[in-house]
Amino acid sequence: MRIRKRNSGSVATPALLSLILVVLVAITVYVFASNLPWAVRPAPITSVGAEIDHQYDLTLAVTGTVFILSQLGLAFAVFKFRDHGQRAHFTRGSNTLEAIWTTATIVLFLGLGLMGHKAWAEVRFTAPAPDAIQVEVTGNQFVFNFRYPGPDGKFGRLDPKQISASTGNPLGIDANDPAGKDDIVVPTLTVPVNHEVNLLIRSQDVIHNFYVRELRIQQDAMPGMVIPLHFTANTIGQYEVVCTQLCGLGHSRMHSYLNVVSDADYDAFLKQQAAGQ
Amino acid sequence: MSSHAHTGGSTVHAPIAEPSGFIRKYIFSVDHKVIGIQYFLLALTAVVIGIVLSLLMRFHLVWPNATLPFVSGGQMSQEQYLALVTMHGTIMVFFVLTTAPQGGFGNYFLPIQIGAPDMAFPRLNMLSFWVTFLAFVCIIAAFVVPGGAPISGWTGYTPLSGLGEITGPGEGWGQTLWILSISLFCLASLLGALNFIATTIDLRAPGMSLMRLPLTVWGWFVTAILGLLAFGVLLAGGILLLLDRSAGTSFFIPAGLVVNDQLQAHSGGSPLLWQHLFWFFGHPEVYIAILPGMGVASHVLSTFARKPVYGYRAMAYAICAIGFLGFMVWGHHMFVSGMSPYSGFAFSVLTMSIGVPSAIKTFNWLGTLWGGKIQFKTPMLFALGFVSLFVSGGLSGLFLAQPAVDNMLHATYYVVAHFHLVMGVAAIFGIFAATYFWFPKMFGRMMNEPLGKIHFWFTFVGAYCIFMPMHFIGIAGGIRRYADASAVGFLAHLQPVHEFMTIAAFITGAAQLFFLCNFFYSLKFGPKASKNPWNATTLEWDTDSPPPIDNFGGHYPSVYRGPYEFSVPGAVDDFIPQWQEPAQVARVK
Amino acid sequence: MPSTIVTEEIELIHSGKGPGGGDSSGDGGNGGDGDGGRGDSSGATRVPQRAYVTGMFIALAGILMFFMAFVSAYIVRKDMPNSAWIPLQGPRILWLNTLVLIASSLTLGRAHNRFKAQDEEGFRHWWATTTFLGILFVAGQIIAWRQLAAQGIFLASNPSSSFFYVFTGAHGLHLLGGILALLYVQFRATRKVARGTAIEVVSMYWHFMDGLWVFLFLLLYLGR
Ligand code: HEM
Ligand SMILES: [Cu+2]
Ligand SMILES: [Cu+2]
Repeated sequence: MRIRKRNSGSVATPALLSLILVVLVAITVYVFASNLPWAVRPAPITSVGAEIDHQYDLTLAVTGTVFILSQLGLAFAVFKFRDHGQRAHFTRGSNTLEAIWTTATIVLFLGLGLMGHKAWAEVRFTAPAPDAIQVEVTGNQFVFNFRYPGPDGKFGRLDPKQISASTGNPLGIDANDPAGKDDIVVPTLTVPVNHEVNLLIRSQDVIHNFYVRELRIQQDAMPGMVIPLHFTANTIGQYEVVCTQLCGLGHSRMHSYLNVVSDADYDAFLKQQAAGQ
Repeated sequence: MSSHAHTGGSTVHAPIAEPSGFIRKYIFSVDHKVIGIQYFLLALTAVVIGIVLSLLMRFHLVWPNATLPFVSGGQMSQEQYLALVTMHGTIMVFFVLTTAPQGGFGNYFLPIQIGAPDMAFPRLNMLSFWVTFLAFVCIIAAFVVPGGAPISGWTGYTPLSGLGEITGPGEGWGQTLWILSISLFCLASLLGALNFIATTIDLRAPGMSLMRLPLTVWGWFVTAILGLLAFGVLLAGGILLLLDRSAGTSFFIPAGLVVNDQLQAHSGGSPLLWQHLFWFFGHPEVYIAILPGMGVASHVLSTFARKPVYGYRAMAYAICAIGFLGFMVWGHHMFVSGMSPYSGFAFSVLTMSIGVPSAIKTFNWLGTLWGGKIQFKTPMLFALGFVSLFVSGGLSGLFLAQPAVDNMLHATYYVVAHFHLVMGVAAIFGIFAATYFWFPKMFGRMMNEPLGKIHFWFTFVGAYCIFMPMHFIGIAGGIRRYADASAVGFLAHLQPVHEFMTIAAFITGAAQLFFLCNFFYSLKFGPKASKNPWNATTLEWDTDSPPPIDNFGGHYPSVYRGPYEFSVPGAVDDFIPQWQEPAQVARVK
Repeated sequence: MPSTIVTEEIELIHSGKGPGGGDSSGDGGNGGDGDGGRGDSSGATRVPQRAYVTGMFIALAGILMFFMAFVSAYIVRKDMPNSAWIPLQGPRILWLNTLVLIASSLTLGRAHNRFKAQDEEGFRHWWATTTFLGILFVAGQIIAWRQLAAQGIFLASNPSSSFFYVFTGAHGLHLLGGILALLYVQFRATRKVARGTAIEVVSMYWHFMDGLWVFLFLLLYLGR
């Protein structure tokens, strides 16, 4: 067997490449070990949010393992099998190995997907409780408006022709509909703690999105649709609501607040708003 | 030994005459090699523009109030930022990631690698390029029309893109040009796809069975099939969107929209319908961008590890599986759009399964390296980088593929990190690997190795520095396509991370000058390349560098074996080319 | 290294044949299978004639996807809540047009047969008839448009009319292309080999456009 020129490549290149890969893994592991990702991720304020986090962490464990193994495997191969005058080991592959890793990934990935399905089903496949508080969320360029049905529990009809932000009717509540008289329209969302809320999300113009990190929920406000979304917030506090769907030049300024308050504060809020109506 | 190659099973043909005259030879050429280079240069132009746009964005994110010399008004406005987002995405996805790997390298090397003298339909091929060029002119024109470039992102979601100027600056002429450009691009890509498929089916050299195709050809072939089935759908969508904008129809626009206090005269359309049409194209499109890169990575890894591709068959099947599944997962872009949650679940399961062939490819790449004799030439470095980046970027897809988890990550920088690593950077690493690998064949000269390596180190480390930290911004809820992060309280403390990424981006961007210098310097002054400088096995190395007009100088090769016969025991050399007759293979006594 | 096995590895490697040989034997080299004989891969012409047939199949697949995008949009859009959909009463003449187009496929089939029977005269006659019927169809479609317009039904009047114009317009454009191809074969295609292929390929296209129209027509009528 003819031996080709010894040391056709220097050791520096493979060493550096392996080093970079090892450092990549090390930094990633360090960052996770130092808790940084969990520090930037706000605590969830719903039980579903906690489940989502759990699923996230599970996925992280699986993908993290695959990440570490494959990057380190690459680093190892690059260094170990660098050209130092040897002859490559001839093989075309192994059907057994193919079968093993195909099966393993099917089980792992599909299993993960099916498990993650639970949290999704809890929010999206279920109907809200009948006594859930109904709030309508409307996006338009570039504000959110939140509408409560008022004491009569009924939303007034909407008429796009009557929309006029300047005269204080940004939603176009039909002046002729008595159910609309007591509707409350506010720029921030206030809900009582530990009580289910059902949002009815809609848009007046282009697509917007309702996103509250602490709820772990995003929902597009799709023109022409009213999309229901329910949650039960379990922690009092103020949280930011942002629009995540590119909606025009004021997109990044489109935001509001979600106030989760005690029952008493919620009643006070409703009274005060009703008085101002 | 390659002198034997031209005897035996090859057929000799009358040479095809080279066209005379500059225009026929270099501009309106029907030679797939010239057209390939034209596509490549178009992509090179586009990528330079795309990178400049992205650097402007990164700059603005960190220093929003800085005065910029060539921005009207001195400071960049919100709409200018969004125009950058849109144009950067569009140019990169269509005119770089689709154009270079497929139109450029595919055009140049697919016919040669299967032993054909040209594409099946050379004039159609020329037409594809020139229509693509026209599409590029259209998109660039969007910068200078009244109102400026569109601001609705590379996905062009309507109604933002469907109602005209009233929804925002750039939504007038700019958006119309965007739709025109995309539609033309679709048309060109359809013609190109047709050509690629027919060529692969009918023009293979004797002996070039499907299971002997280089994996690059598999990549281009399946990519072409994806393009054939996907681009027509986007074209149809583009036509409907254009009609909504200019003819007053209501395909995508519902009734009762009030923009700027003005009631719109549309009724009953569905914005979701556009998203379905777009993503039915859009997801296959991401594979259109990456499959050729996968092919190149396999090809280059095998060549420089001096080993056959591990599990060749599994690799070919995985490409097919990815192509097939790629048409059934588009809904994963729409989990939070208001699409039925049950569809969301179905799309989720299908999306998780597309991770399987992707994983198979990764394992086989590692298997190819294992036990090899790895030579660290620049193309090999980029191919190795490809594998690393593909893994890093692909894994985050498994988070996004679960609708519940996607609920917190959708439309954040997490998605940006995902697709830049897996599509942006990995695909570009594929392009770089291809460039360094085939430059000698295309231009007859070698590129400079030390410069190439420096380029690799900066780009590899730089790409990770830019895109890994993005995941954390995403987990924290940092939202993409925000011109101004300061409006949202929870984003403010992430500013240092943005600063780090911006600095990394500028360094990485600057490092691309190593490539450009190397490229143009080597064109002129690189050492002359031999026929087969890498001791590789596939047919492109059986001809001169650069190849003559009919690719093989009057003879057509025959193929005797699979594409990756490296280090075969018993053979003297550590590679046995596809074209070498069995009797000619030197054996160990 | 055990060189006995080794040599076999190479011996197994299939010995190539001349052009068109393909590889019917086992392909030990890559453990792969051949794809059988491959006909005349490099004959007198640079591009084998069957590439044109393959190309047409592929083109039709692409065109089919293009129309299917419209069709799925139609189905989705029609059943939207608040779709504002008013079923379109298509002009009567569409029935006639449809018959004309179906007839053109029949005459085209005849022309093809005549060509195979080397009856040049008959071929030219039936081919021209097909072209004529094709032109008649397009004219009929234009009349249908004018009738709708006379009733005040335009592109933007209603989603159903929008789709009607889109379907007929897109199909009409494709058919015009077909007519040009028919004319080309009638007047320009002279080379013997290429002509046979051109006839075959154009016929495929025409029959496809015919079938596509029947489908769209049924969709527009039954799926109103
Ligand atoms: C392991 C396989 C992969 C999975 C499971 C996966 C999954 C996903 C999911 C679920 C999304 C939607 C995220 C969202 O918008 O919320 C997404 C976005 C995206 N993916 Fe992947 N992906 C994979 C591989 C790839 C590859 C190979 C590419 C490209 C070559 C790619 C390119 C993209 C792009 C461009 C987007 C974002 C489009 C946009 O919103 O602008 N992905 N991916
Ligand atoms: Cu927005
Ligand atoms: Cu996708």
